[in-house]
Amino acid sequence: MTYMLEVRNLRKSFVRGGGLFSDQAKGEPFVAVDGVTFAVGPGETFAIVGESGCGKTTLARLILRLIEADCGVILFEERELLPLRGDALRAQRRQMQMIFQDPFASLNPRMRVGEIVAEPLAIHEPQLSRAQRLARAGEILRRVGLDESALPRFPHEFSGGQRQRIGIARALILRPKLIVADEPVSALDVSVGAQVLRLLQELQREFGLTYLFISHSLPVVAQLATHIAVMRAGQFVEYGPANRILHEPTHTYTRDLLAAVPEIPRPGQL
Amino acid sequence: MDDLLWVRNVTVELPTAAGWVKPVNEVSLRISPGESLGLVGESGSGKTMLSLTLMGLLPLGARVKGEILLNASGVGEASSGVKTGPASQPGKDQNRSLQGLKPIERQGEMSELKLRPPKEEVEARNLVGQSEDEWRRVRGREIAMIFQEPMTSLNPVMRIGRQITEAILAHEPGLAGEALHRRLLTAMEHASLPEPEIRAQQFPHQLSGGLRQRAMIAMALAPRPKLLIADEPTTALDVTVQKQILDLLDHLRRELDLALLFITHDLGVVAKVADRIAVMYAGRIVEEGPVQKVLSSPRHPYTQGLLAASPTLERRKLAPIPGNVPRLTELPSGCAFAPRCSFRRAECEQVVPEFRQAEPDHAARCVLL
Repeated sequence: MTYMLEVRNLRKSFVRGGGLFSDQAKGEPFVAVDGVTFAVGPGETFAIVGESGCGKTTLARLILRLIEADCGVILFEERELLPLRGDALRAQRRQMQMIFQDPFASLNPRMRVGEIVAEPLAIHEPQLSRAQRLARAGEILRRVGLDESALPRFPHEFSGGQRQRIGIARALILRPKLIVADEPVSALDVSVGAQVLRLLQELQREFGLTYLFISHSLPVVAQLATHIAVMRAGQFVEYGPANRILHEPTHTYTRDLLAAVPEIPRPGQL
Repeated sequence: MDDLLWVRNVTVELPTAAGWVKPVNEVSLRISPGESLGLVGESGSGKTMLSLTLMGLLPLGARVKGEILLNASGVGEASSGVKTGPASQPGKDQNRSLQGLKPIERQGEMSELKLRPPKEEVEARNLVGQSEDEWRRVRGREIAMIFQEPMTSLNPVMRIGRQITEAILAHEPGLAGEALHRRLLTAMEHASLPEPEIRAQQFPHQLSGGLRQRAMIAMALAPRPKLLIADEPTTALDVTVQKQILDLLDHLRRELDLALLFITHDLGVVAKVADRIAVMYAGRIVEEGPVQKVLSSPRHPYTQGLLAASPTLERRKLAPIPGNVPRLTELPSGCAFAPRCSFRRAECEQVVPEFRQAEPDHAARCVLL
């Protein structure tokens, strides 16, 4: 089987201390991602779950090449990602796009929705005219449940859920193969979060997307993950098919996380 | 009635560019000593505005109608506004209760205040229309509040111990020396802050999110309030830390006979901490009842929708509620949930449904009942 994404022994450390107000000299480097290895097949949803500071967001940023890894290997469709530079990297990047947590912070408030959604086209398909770009933006907005009427408006005119749809439209306009979604519903209300989760499932089927889904919430992850990795202190403590992790966890940390979830009691349990 | 707090028909109006809006609309609630009431709602439901009303922290220009009776035990159903201080003459209230706006106007009533018995004498009093001076006696001392993000509520350049001490001194200015230090340590121990002597010397940034929330709890509980309002206190925390804080609040409630108004959007959290639930939507309470009854047989379509949309550890087809929470400037004339409701009838769009009892202790604002 060929994987969409393969990560081998990926590692990233940050130098800590040494700041202006720090009382410690430059000390031991802080290892944020500590030798992570996994593989994601096409069409799968690979979820990385962990608490704040576990390294899950750093891992996502490494895979998107937003920050540079210390060492390790990333294969995207069997092609090595880490050595890529310049045009080759840019070409690869259009295959992998990101959806962010906070739909209020991730959209430029001074740009119109049309410009926001079409911006990736301006970079990756500069031959298109402005009219063509906006036509593509309108088309993708319709796929995420909005429409052309959104194009000339500004982000503040939209609710949180609608803004997250705009962010998803921006990520999809280049028709990427891999979507990295970093806590895509945790800033949203329950009823709206469920809409966005449903939308992500529909889009996955429609466009054949592979998801790398990052979340602190096991209940959210349980809704769409095919595989779950539980991360702590830069390492995967356990990973496997979602059903096994949720129902037969082997690591005590996974069990602790599951036990801490405040569950809504079912009628029978009351 | 054995009520610590009795919120009676409270409406809050705020001026906006589009006219007056009502983020809190005809809300009634009762909380007994030691009871935990979960207030559930999504953003814009008015739950935070309601809690700010209870703390006298509304933005400038807000208008409050209705009554908020503190120490309401002994106040009969029928007698409205008995012995509740000077501010409770109904009718006049509406114009006068501009919170924090013009305390000067109320000078005439201040002298009456001095004649009042000291705090220990339990007397029902109406918080609506109080002067800022009167609020200062309630805020923190009788009703305290903790917030979602402790880092923004703590002073970043003041040591934890001093911040908690400040809270104690605000209400007991006489304390000093060894007695004050003992009160500080007691407060920190109540909040289960480990190594209190060391933590007291630290700054907020040196504490983890969970410890910061414990510091906030220590500060809130130091003046020994009777009611703690917790506004999404665990939303910013990791689940394992959230569990610890929820356990702590539950323990404190029992140990100190503390009443808890727990505000959250998370039905799982509310199931863990609350005895009763009030569900808020677009400024109104739409359903209220014991936690088990509301979660196992929700009677309002909005509560049913929230349950169906909440992810659990079981994979299931989530049923989102279509549409968005309405803007307060664009509320329909009838039931505010009607445009998103799949059981909508013609009558829903005409008038706001009254509360109807499903059982003696379980009611909902829905025509289906």
